Amino acid sequence: MAKQPDINELKRIAKDVRIAIVRMLAAAGSGHTGGSLSMVELLVGLYFYKFRCEPDKPLCNTRDIFVLSKGHGCPALYAVLAQMGFFSPEELSTLRKIGTRLQGHPQRGLPGVETSSGSLGQGLSIANGFALGARLNKDPKRAYCLMGDGELDEGQVWEAALTSAHYKLDSVCGIIDYNKFQIDGRIADVKGLEPLKAKWQAFGWEVFEIDGHDIKEVTEAYDKAEKVKGKPSMILAHTVKGKGVSFFENKNKYHGVAPNKEELERAIKELELQ
Amino acid sequence: MIQTYGSKPTRDGFGEGLVELGQKRDDIVVLSADLTESTRAAWFKEKFPERFFSMGVSEQDMMSTAAGLALSGKVAFACTFGAFAAGRAWDQVRVSIAYMKTDVKIVGTHGGISVGEDGPTHQANEEIALMRILPNMTVIVPCDALEAKKATIASASYEGPVYLRLGRSGVPLITKEEGAFKIGKANLLKDGKDITIIACGVEVYEALCAAETLKKENISARIINLHTIKPIDKDIIIKAAKETGAIVTAEEHTIIGGMGSAVSEVLAQTWPVPMEFIGVQDRFGESGDPKELFKLFGLTSDDIVKAVKKAISRKR
Repeated sequence: MAKQPDINELKRIAKDVRIAIVRMLAAAGSGHTGGSLSMVELLVGLYFYKFRCEPDKPLCNTRDIFVLSKGHGCPALYAVLAQMGFFSPEELSTLRKIGTRLQGHPQRGLPGVETSSGSLGQGLSIANGFALGARLNKDPKRAYCLMGDGELDEGQVWEAALTSAHYKLDSVCGIIDYNKFQIDGRIADVKGLEPLKAKWQAFGWEVFEIDGHDIKEVTEAYDKAEKVKGKPSMILAHTVKGKGVSFFENKNKYHGVAPNKEELERAIKELELQ
Repeated sequence: MIQTYGSKPTRDGFGEGLVELGQKRDDIVVLSADLTESTRAAWFKEKFPERFFSMGVSEQDMMSTAAGLALSGKVAFACTFGAFAAGRAWDQVRVSIAYMKTDVKIVGTHGGISVGEDGPTHQANEEIALMRILPNMTVIVPCDALEAKKATIASASYEGPVYLRLGRSGVPLITKEEGAFKIGKANLLKDGKDITIIACGVEVYEALCAAETLKKENISARIINLHTIKPIDKDIIIKAAKETGAIVTAEEHTIIGGMGSAVSEVLAQTWPVPMEFIGVQDRFGESGDPKELFKLFGLTSDDIVKAVKKAISRKR
């Protein structure tokens, strides 16, 4: 009998994660607000439902691997890992401060963080390598890789897309946080990606297009991806940059700007009502 | 006369080492970016096809994929030409390999102008510099095929990122099977008191030839094979500076940022002595026969002899 997701519980966790994100960003005084808030359900649906790991044994042999290729979204990952128990939630307040394990972009070594990232476009290749190694080891591990939409401008992503399909890596599951913005503005204006689903399909991928904030759709997509055989899967998740806080939503100014004290208070008030 | 045992490209030594490793260890995997025959990765592929990964002309993807394989417990050898390993894929080497400290051995064949006829885009004259400036990176430049084989085998057991710089053309075999090879420990090939020539790669043979010529002029040259550029063997360099009072470095690489620069960084902070640098001046390579190119670029034993005399004349 397959495990059923507790949708209401996952929604509650997503809310807590968003509150933790805005708190840690405000405490740091810098960081990427918009792209952290847009990926919350994608992470919560993975870590609290599908992902195999043991927070007290982060390097256990039976774990799946998660690669955060859009490294700037790390506040969301840190908040989720702390909630999972990989490290103490108190450590979240050290984000971006000297001596911290919570670097401005993820650094390998923090429990639960297996790959360093920040320079975009490298994650899918790493996930492929891990999947090839797992195949040699006859190990059923899955490799998840979360990418940003702006990140898809990087040529390496498409090199990796060819590799996953060439080696029929059905243990690879990519996720695109398609929030429609990148630093310079709207994706459509900076460098268009459409038709994006068709591109991945043409590259030999099974694509699941979903609402990336609908936790039910997110968990279903992970279930479906796991059943795909003979080719890699991509979850193309439509999201809203800055999701959950009205004055951050679709305001690209908050791509790389943290909330100030007043904004933090307003943001928490809004989030607590959800 | 210098004793040699025929001639062989260092890439061949790498290929042999790789096959030996494959037989001994099942955690060795090899990736190649569409240069499988040229890099000699093909020799491994033939014997262990299930552990060989064809990556196409995608050097960036290859480096990060190798990092992923390393994360799954493998020791990954990623093979291409040096120009592309360090040039095209430098950011992937920096983040996926050096920063993450993954167990990836980057193999750059076709180093230097001895590539010959293919010309400047394929002649890597910059990768020693590009690789050694990265934290966590080890840089090895073997002087002959046998040393390349030993370096390959040693790299597999040496934890963390390694860059192996290899050549396309045949170079005289000068090291012996019983000779020691330890990463980070330079080899003293010949003692001397008037000058020390520190060389790596194909220039080690040129340095030995230069010492023969100098001997006839009563100049006693010490020769050091600095096969590991990083971590650098400071002790042997400082001792040579103290005992011989002048240094000439010789490398098939730009003199900006390469092995000679690494030696001068050590000496400037410890025991400064007059130094001369044999290497490619601040310029790109060009097409031609390797032997003729060595003359044109000033990398021959005659050029080393001239540099030695200049360095000695600058002694205080």
